[in-house]
Amino acid sequence: MTIETIQLLTPEGERVDHPEYPLDDADIKGMYRDMALVRRIDNEAVALQRQGELALWAPLLGQEAAQVGSARALSPSDMAFPSYREHGVAWCRGLDILRVFELFRGVTHGAWDPEEHKFHLYTVVIGDQTLHATGYAMGIQRDGSENEAVIAYFGDGATSQGDVSEAFAWASVFHAPLVFFCQNNQFAISAPPERQSRVPIYQRSSGFGFPGIRVDGNDVLACYAVTKQALRSAREGDGPTLIEAFTYRMGAHTTTDDPTRYRLASELEAWRLRDPLERVRSYLVRTGQADSSFFEQIEAEADELASKLRASVLALPDPPPLALFDNVYAGSSAILDAEREQYAAYLAGFAEEEVSS
Amino acid sequence: MSRITLSRAINEGLRRALESDQKVMIMGEDVGRLGGVFRVTDGLQKDFGEHRVVDTPLAESGIVGTAIGLALRGYRPVCEIQFDGFVYPATDQIVSQLAKMRYRSGGKVALPVVIRIPFGGGIGAVEHHSESPEVFFAHTAGLRVVACADPADAFAMIQLAIASDDPVIFFEPKRRYWDKAEVDTAAPLADSLPLDKARVVRPGSDVTLLSYGPLVRTCIEAAMAGDNDGRSIEVIDLRSLSPLDMATVAESVSRTGRCVVAHEAPVYAGLGAEIAARVTEACFYQLESPVLRVGGFAIPYPVARSEDHYLPDIDRILDAVDRTFSY
Repeated sequence: MTIETIQLLTPEGERVDHPEYPLDDADIKGMYRDMALVRRIDNEAVALQRQGELALWAPLLGQEAAQVGSARALSPSDMAFPSYREHGVAWCRGLDILRVFELFRGVTHGAWDPEEHKFHLYTVVIGDQTLHATGYAMGIQRDGSENEAVIAYFGDGATSQGDVSEAFAWASVFHAPLVFFCQNNQFAISAPPERQSRVPIYQRSSGFGFPGIRVDGNDVLACYAVTKQALRSAREGDGPTLIEAFTYRMGAHTTTDDPTRYRLASELEAWRLRDPLERVRSYLVRTGQADSSFFEQIEAEADELASKLRASVLALPDPPPLALFDNVYAGSSAILDAEREQYAAYLAGFAEEEVSS
Repeated sequence: MSRITLSRAINEGLRRALESDQKVMIMGEDVGRLGGVFRVTDGLQKDFGEHRVVDTPLAESGIVGTAIGLALRGYRPVCEIQFDGFVYPATDQIVSQLAKMRYRSGGKVALPVVIRIPFGGGIGAVEHHSESPEVFFAHTAGLRVVACADPADAFAMIQLAIASDDPVIFFEPKRRYWDKAEVDTAAPLADSLPLDKARVVRPGSDVTLLSYGPLVRTCIEAAMAGDNDGRSIEVIDLRSLSPLDMATVAESVSRTGRCVVAHEAPVYAGLGAEIAARVTEACFYQLESPVLRVGGFAIPYPVARSEDHYLPDIDRILDAVDRTFSY
């Protein structure tokens, strides 16, 4: 069986037309800018982790096109459910990216309002968010809204989780307005996609009764066009679509990981030639849509953004100790109230000792 | 006032919640056309439609996971897990997502989801249909865990659970579904005892007997039998298992000086252990004897033909009561 991969921009930066995916509204320079800024944010985060300022980081290096292309296809009213590597989606949704740094520094578990930018909290347990996205989409149906859809982000490893299969089944039988966006970055930490599935991931939807499409995940134009069409189809009542963005995680799983234990340097080099940013740069230069000043300007903007972010991260205070007990319940809990009171008294004891000594 | 079963009382409570708030939904396996295997949701789909009373695919994690998504969208889903032993596939969604979302969001997200679970034994069932998994959820911060014991209270408690902005695990004593009592289905909800309060269901002065769910009736019967032995037993229905209403418990034990906790769940690391520790701390100088526990053994739920040996009955409860007088 031949596998069709939708591609609109080759790794060499050549535009390819596809009859089903006309590209009349794509802001290609805007996409390049987003990808470049997100890459710079990602680099800064890895550096901050190496310097002990973040507890952890999950790098997205290599997945900029999949994230920026799909996120820019969303309308402001569409809802996104990320996993934990979707910093590029967070950026495109307009979330203050410092919120993500707060999480990885360990001063919050996220703590942003999902409705403010229509971007749900990060979900760490693999695949759980696909069911939340399905339920949210069922809510849209019940509200009778025709201009909203939902996108659920997950990875190749997540397709082995029961919850993802359940989400496929539910979204299909309820015809939910939902796009399943799987970034196949070739690794579930160290395990390859062949350990998750005997068939290509995009074909997994057929058994559940809805279409699946593979897209070149390093081609921002293709990711944008395919996602846009799938969202439109969801809004129009045609049910869910599975998109497999075939990409490559060029960095580590997280900053605690050592990918040299499970992949060859030559493989990484091969994927570098398919870099998501380089092909857009080539295209913009060759077609005369951008000159060196455009790229220099973005580079300067990225440096300024990174430097501001670094300063903000370093200035983040640790939460006050009694905030431990906040936001567990909406109502009160006598058990928890008593623990808070006891711990406050215990801490106050140290303060008194300091005063008297 | 009408004399109705506990099953019917919950049905009436659900009906009132569906009527008073358009965002309330019922979802679960067989809850619609069939009306639930215990008929708790009987007639609701007919009256409120398939969009509000949803027959779901057969997947417990899916039920809870999509209920979370619906709650994020502003709905108040009431999920039914068909039997206690079938809740475990949903444990990840309950423990990692439902319980923690408010904390994760710094208080910006509320998940008003109710998960109804028929629990406990005594119905002669096959494996996985008679368990008491409440302590798994009571151990999970962010959940409210309650158990109803009689029709009138169940009618109020289910409405209070649905009105709560916190997720509630709502245990229903399945062997008491057909117990009948007078229920005022016109009673205003505002007059009912708050969801997190215990209640004295039978006053006494010699010993405090604590329970919840199916054993509340057994404890009341034990207390009546205790009268014949000259023992005045105070029975408290805990109602809320998380958080515990220790104020009501400590007030009682301080008066009686003795305390027995009875539940169907295994005694080992069960709710009784937590209560015993807390009663000991709060009532140390008033206690005449150690807090004793009566409950299931440290075994998987046994076969139906043996369950009468496993489940605490009047005699085993009174035996524990007697032992509190032997110190």
